Amino acid sequence: MDLEQANKTAVEQMMAARPLLKGVATARDVIPRMRDGLILHAGPPIEWARMSGPLRGAVVGALLFEGLAADEAEAAALIESGDVEFEPCHDHQTVGPMAGVTSASMAVYVVENVTHGNLAFSNLNEGYGKVLRYGAYAPEVLEKLGWMNTVMAPVLADALAASSELDLRALLAEALHMGDEGHNRNKAGSLLFLKLLSPHVARVASPDVAEEVLRFLGDNALSVLNPVMAACKAMADAAHGVEGSTIVTAMARNGTDFGIRVSGLGDAWFTAPAQVPDGLYFSGFSADDANADIGDSTITETAGIGGFAMAAAPAIVTFVSGTPKDAVNTTMEMYEITETDHLQFTIPQLDFRGTPTGIDIRKVVELGITPRINTGIAHREAGVGQVGAGLVRPPMEVFAAALIAYAERYGI
Amino acid sequence: MNVLKTDVRPGGYYDSIVLMQLQAALAELPGVVDAGAVMATPANRALLAASGLLPDEEVGAGPADLLIAVKAGSESAADEALSRVDALLVRSGGAGGEDYRPRSLESALKFLPEARWALVSVPGRFATRVAGEALDAGLHVFLYSDNVSIDDEVALKTRAVAEGRLVMGPDCGTASINGVGLGFANRVRRGPIGLVGASGTGLQAICSHVHALGGGVSHAIGTGGRDLDAEVGASTCRQGLDLLARDPGTDVIVLVSKPPVPSVARTVLRAASSTGKPIVVHFVGFAPPARRLGSLYFATSLAEAAWMAVELSKSDGAGGTPSLGEGESERAPGYLRGLFSGGTLASESLLALRNFLDPLHSNMKGDAVRSLETVSRSQAHTILDLGADEYTVGRLHPMIDSDMRIRRILQEAADPDVGLILVDVVLGDGAHADPAGELAPAIAEARRTRDVEFVVVVVGTDEDPQNLESQVEVLTGAGALVFEDLTNALSHVVDRLAGSVAPSAPQVDLDVLTAPVAAVNIGLETFATSLVDQGAEAVHVDWRPPAGGDDRLMAILERMRR
Repeated sequence: MDLEQANKTAVEQMMAARPLLKGVATARDVIPRMRDGLILHAGPPIEWARMSGPLRGAVVGALLFEGLAADEAEAAALIESGDVEFEPCHDHQTVGPMAGVTSASMAVYVVENVTHGNLAFSNLNEGYGKVLRYGAYAPEVLEKLGWMNTVMAPVLADALAASSELDLRALLAEALHMGDEGHNRNKAGSLLFLKLLSPHVARVASPDVAEEVLRFLGDNALSVLNPVMAACKAMADAAHGVEGSTIVTAMARNGTDFGIRVSGLGDAWFTAPAQVPDGLYFSGFSADDANADIGDSTITETAGIGGFAMAAAPAIVTFVSGTPKDAVNTTMEMYEITETDHLQFTIPQLDFRGTPTGIDIRKVVELGITPRINTGIAHREAGVGQVGAGLVRPPMEVFAAALIAYAERYGI
Repeated sequence: MNVLKTDVRPGGYYDSIVLMQLQAALAELPGVVDAGAVMATPANRALLAASGLLPDEEVGAGPADLLIAVKAGSESAADEALSRVDALLVRSGGAGGEDYRPRSLESALKFLPEARWALVSVPGRFATRVAGEALDAGLHVFLYSDNVSIDDEVALKTRAVAEGRLVMGPDCGTASINGVGLGFANRVRRGPIGLVGASGTGLQAICSHVHALGGGVSHAIGTGGRDLDAEVGASTCRQGLDLLARDPGTDVIVLVSKPPVPSVARTVLRAASSTGKPIVVHFVGFAPPARRLGSLYFATSLAEAAWMAVELSKSDGAGGTPSLGEGESERAPGYLRGLFSGGTLASESLLALRNFLDPLHSNMKGDAVRSLETVSRSQAHTILDLGADEYTVGRLHPMIDSDMRIRRILQEAADPDVGLILVDVVLGDGAHADPAGELAPAIAEARRTRDVEFVVVVVGTDEDPQNLESQVEVLTGAGALVFEDLTNALSHVVDRLAGSVAPSAPQVDLDVLTAPVAAVNIGLETFATSLVDQGAEAVHVDWRPPAGGDDRLMAILERMRR
C-alpha cells in the first residue's frame, strides 16, 4: 500500500467528481433506506438524551411536520417510547445545514456526480428567521415548510427537469470569483442559482407562483447553500473508501459532538465535544447564547471551499479579524494541511491558485493546525434561530484519534 | 432610566458583517447599554423589537435604509454614540495585517522555490527529523541544533554524501557562503581564502584575522564539531575541501579543527593535498610533522593560520607546488619503501608520512604505524631504519657498508607493488668514502627493469670529503631525484603518493557556493532576519514541535513517512 498514492487518488477523485443538480424529489422516494419514523440529523450519530436545543427542536418540528405527533408533548412521548429512529444524514448520502433534520416527506435536492455515478441529497433552504434548521417548530415554521414542499418543490422539480443539467461545480467556481467562499457567503452563488433557474421556473409555473418562488429564492442569500452542500458531499464521497488514504471525507457536527470520517478508515466516526464558534453576534445576543457548533455544512471545507477559500471572500474578512491579508492568511494556512490545490476552484486574489483541497490527518496532527471553518451560530435554545456567525475549528482530538485508528488498522 | 435613540441612513448597501461590527463597536461606547444596526427589513425590525431596540413610535425606514438604534444610560451618551457612526463605518483601507508565516518546510518552499539551504536550529530532539525533511526537499543543511546523536549525524551525512548535499553540523555555529554569513558570522571582505572548519569560533577567529590582515574570504564551510571524529570520518570536511578545490574564487584553503584521530587525519590531509591548492592546516594542539609538506602548510595558532593564508594568497599562482624534479608526470602508483641508514631521518619520515600513507609499516614504533611480520620483508608502505640492531647484527652499519642496502634496494624494486623508493645518503668524516658510487649502479639497474622512482636525501656539505656536489651528480645520473633536506624530499613523496583521492560519491554541485544564498530558516528567527539584513533571500518557518511534541503521535507519523 502506498499512502501517498492513496491520497493522490482520493483527492483526484474528489476533484474529478462533477456534481450536477438533477432534480427535487421526496426524501422517502430517493434517499437510500429512508423510511417513515426515521429522522436524519446533522453530524455524527447521537441519541436524543444528548441532543442540544436546536437539534431537539428541529426533531420535534419534523415529527409535527410528518403528522406523527400533534404537539410538542406528543412528540416527546413518541421519542421517549423509542419509536423514532435517529441516524446521521451522512449515513444516507445526505447533508443538511445546522440541525440538518430531514424526514421522509420532505423535499430534497438530488445531486449526481456524473463522473462516478454517486448521488447526494440535501433539504431545501428555508431562509432566515424562525426556521426548522435552528430548531424552530412554531406553526409559521411548519407552514413555510409546507409551502416549500407543496408549492416550491414541484416547481423546482419541473424547472430542473426542463433545464439542461445544472452544473454545481461550475457554479461554485464562478461564485468564488465573485466574492463567495461557498459556506458563510453564498450571495453570488445564490444569484447565479436564481439566474439559472429563472427562465425554467417562468416556463413551468403560473406567473403568481413563479413570482412567489423566485422572490423566495432571491431573498435568501443562502438559497444555493443546500445544493452546494450536496455537491460537496457528492465530491467528498467520491474520495471516500480509498484503501490507505488519510484524507478527510466528512466533517460534521450535531450540536454536541464534532465528527470526522477518513477515506481509508471506512464508516467510522472520530468524535469529540463540539466547540462554540468564535464570532460576531446579532444585536441582543452574545456568546452566552450560542449553541456548540452544529451542522453538516463543514462538508464545504472538506471539499476545499468555505473557510479554506476565505481569501476569495474579502467582504467577510471580519470573521478572521479584519483585513484582507488575514483572509489570505487563512487560506494560506489551509494549504499546510491539504493534499493539493483544487483544479476547478481557484482564487483570483491568489493569482488563481487552486483552493487548498483534501485535508490530510497526518498534516493536521503533525503541524497542530486544525481546519478553519466558517459557520453560522445557532442559539442554544430551540427555535430562537441564528444569533451570529464566525469561525470555529474542530477539536484536535478527532484527528489524533483517527491517526491512531489508522495506525492500528494498517499495522503501522 | 435608559434612553433609546435611532438614526436612519436612507439608501446604501452595508454588508451584514459590517453592521454587526458597527453595533458591537457602538455597544462598547461609554454609557451605551445595547445597540443595533440593521437594514430595516421587516425581519430585521422584528429582531430589533425583540431586543427592545425598536422605539414604539414609527421609525421611517424601509428595507433599503440603514436603521441604527442605541440604548444608553443618558441622552447625551446616546447622541454621542450616534455621532460616531460615520467614523465607525470608515475602514482602515485594508493594507494592514501580517504577512503569512509558513508553518512547514514544504509550505515555505512554495514562497521561496529557489531556496538551496535550510537553516535548522530547532531543539535537538527534533533536529534530525527536520534536517531529514530538508534533504528530502533537496536542500543543503546548515544544522545549528546540538544534542543530535552521533548515530543520527552519521546517518544524515551518509545520506547527504550519497545525494551530493552538504550537512554542515550538527552544532555548526557559523558558515559564510558567497559573502553571506549563516548563523553567527563576522562581516569580512570577500577574497580568495576559503575555509573549512570543525570549530565555529576557530573559523570566526581566522576569518576576522584574515580581514584585519587585509585579506578576504571566499567561503567558510562549517562542519560541526564532531565531523572529524572517527565515526563521522570527516564527511562534510572532505566535501568542503572538494568544493573549495573546484571553486574558481578560492586560491588558498584553511582547514581548522581539533586534532583528529590518525586515521581521520590521514583521510583529511590526503583530501587536502589532492585539492591542488595550498592548504593551511591548523589542527589545534597537533604536532605538525613540518612547517610544510607538499601543498600543506601547518600553522600552530589561529592567528598564524590567518597570516599564512593571507601570505599565500598574495603570491601569484599559489596553487603550484615548487619541486626540484623535472619531467614528472602522473602520480606514481604503488607503495613507498623507505630504506634509511640514519635513524632520525627514518623516524621523522615516519612521523610525517603516517599522516598520509596507510597502511604504513616499520621496524620502528609509533602511533598509526604497523609492525612488520618479518624485518626481512616489507609490507605495503614501509619505512625501515636499517641502522637498527636487528639489521646490524654481524654486519657493519649501513653508513659504512652499503651491501645490505643495495640488496634491499633490488629486493624492493623487484616488488611489482612498489612505486617509489626513498633512501638517504649521509656524507662526512667516518662515513663511506663514496656512498653514491655504491648505490648508483643499484638504482640504475633497478630502473632498467622497472619504472621505479628513487628519491634520495643527501646529508652533507660542500666541505665533506665525499664532495656533496659530485655525489648528487652521480645519484642524479642514475635516475634518482635528489634533495638536500628531508622536508622537501617528504613533500615530494606526499605529492607523488598521498594525493589523488578519487571522489567516491556524487560531487556537491559548485553552485551551492556560487549561486546567491536563498534559505528556508527553521528555528531561531534571528538567523532569518540576519540573512535578510545581508541581502540574501530567506523565509522563516513558524515551526512548532510536530504533533505538539506527543511522542506516540510523532512515532506514528514517523513510521508513516517510511
